[in-house]
Amino acid sequence: MPDVGTPILEVPVAEGSRDQHMVLNMGPQHPSTHGVLRLVLEIDGEIVVRIYPEIGYLHTGIEKTCEAKFYQQVVPLTDRVDYLGPMANNLVYSLAVEKLLQLEIPPKAQWMRVLLAELTRINSHLIWLGTHAMDIGALTVFLYTFREREEILRLFEMISGQRMMTSYIRIGGLALEAPLDFLPRVQAFIKGFPEKIDEYSNLLTGNPIFMNRLKGVGYLSPEDAVALAVTGPVMRASGVDFDVRRDMPYSSYEKFQFNVPVSNVGDCWARYAVRLEELRESVKIVQQALDGMPEGPIKADAPKIVLPDREQMKTQMEALIHHFKIVTEGFAVPAGEVYQSIESGHGQVGYYVVSDGTAKPYRVHMRYPSFADLQALETMCQGRLLADVVAVVGSIDIVLGEIDR
Amino acid sequence: MDAKTTLLEKAAVLEALPDHPAIKAILAWNPDALTDAKIDRGEVTLTIAPNCVRGAAATVKAAGYNALQDVTAVDWFPSVPRFQLSYHICSHAYKNVLRLRVMVDEADAAVESLTPVWAGANYYEREVFDLFGIRFEGHPNLRRILMPDDWTGHPLRKDYPVEGYR
Repeated sequence: MPDVGTPILEVPVAEGSRDQHMVLNMGPQHPSTHGVLRLVLEIDGEIVVRIYPEIGYLHTGIEKTCEAKFYQQVVPLTDRVDYLGPMANNLVYSLAVEKLLQLEIPPKAQWMRVLLAELTRINSHLIWLGTHAMDIGALTVFLYTFREREEILRLFEMISGQRMMTSYIRIGGLALEAPLDFLPRVQAFIKGFPEKIDEYSNLLTGNPIFMNRLKGVGYLSPEDAVALAVTGPVMRASGVDFDVRRDMPYSSYEKFQFNVPVSNVGDCWARYAVRLEELRESVKIVQQALDGMPEGPIKADAPKIVLPDREQMKTQMEALIHHFKIVTEGFAVPAGEVYQSIESGHGQVGYYVVSDGTAKPYRVHMRYPSFADLQALETMCQGRLLADVVAVVGSIDIVLGEIDR
Repeated sequence: MDAKTTLLEKAAVLEALPDHPAIKAILAWNPDALTDAKIDRGEVTLTIAPNCVRGAAATVKAAGYNALQDVTAVDWFPSVPRFQLSYHICSHAYKNVLRLRVMVDEADAAVESLTPVWAGANYYEREVFDLFGIRFEGHPNLRRILMPDDWTGHPLRKDYPVEGYR
């Protein structure tokens, strides 16, 4: 193997660093780093001078693994990347491959995808809210948010048989027809959920400790947010009004009415306010999806790509052959490259899929928002107290699974 | 741009998109920088000469493609040139994504870093350096990011096995 240069091993010392600065390790086993994030902090007394995030503790080479799998076998791998938003990952990968294949997805599948993507966003935001408040010291909220999250996981289990690693959204549609009582149960959950958001808000919004720990902390200017590739709620809390769901709609989001919450303040409090508002908007979208759910098939009409119905497979020769071929040989995807973005709970997720015309992807690259958000950590924490690092890490809502992949 | 549009020739793309802000800006800046262009499934890809990357990036940024989304590479081993760098740049104003494509050779796998244009290119270029071994000149801190510092080899190269020993 040709070696391309030797890696530079030592951490470069910043200009202006002084001997009296202390270097402090935070993590990788620190409860407030939400996983295995190691932050090497250079501090002057209690003031943060520089931050060097060290990542890669959870690197499992998922992108390399994808190259050795059939297209349909990659779907379960995507669950494990951002493990708090499995449906969003399934969705973006499926959309990318469907774009390569130029597949038409039936309306019911598209609306179900929107419904599930929004439930995933609620799920992801609930975990953020619970753990963020816990980092700050408000332990109670965690118990409240996990109560509702449990119901979402039960809904996921009901529809896909799995609580977290759902693999429910597949290339060409959905895995299964939803059980008959699924939609009424989503309706019951959504009906009671706005009250629950008020409950969280009552616990936190007026809480003086919570306010003092977040207001004015971790400021990120809109210019810095865009320059550092920050996306999603963090970018919108800095005043940049861009949401993939509204501005580059996918999966028929253009048919839904919703607002995109934006704040011009740019601190941790603004991120809290934006996400809390996003929860309410997600409820509106789920309600519209329930009200207008179209009838029809949940899979594209592409027998060489989508697995046949179980019953047909057992009774029809042709369906059996297609089933056998898809499982043993996969399906060839026309050569080309596509980049598909969606808005997940954390921000803009982009999948770059390159095909060379065979049944295995030539390259799958996953662009996840937390990776870029981590770059902005230093900008947000510089010159602030060490204790604020915990609040800022919580407010950007990182998931190490999607950073390290 | 319709998701079904496919044009694979530079001349055809220039004819189909005479008012595309990025193409216009690059041609005005340096016509030699744009070596090829294609529209595949509605996505615009501009191939940039390897020595013009930073200039082209600054040009499209000024033309409205303001947010760098992603930097990654594809290893076309054993083709020559071996590596394809893909830059995905989103425009908040035009609401679409542009792909800049740069082909680099294995022997001198190095291009200019985009960190002076977008500070956010930092981690992405470190990732490409780590997993493909392409160097970025002018990068402030070009170290491995996902693999350990003392790792040998670059895992996403096609001649690096998926399982077993290296």
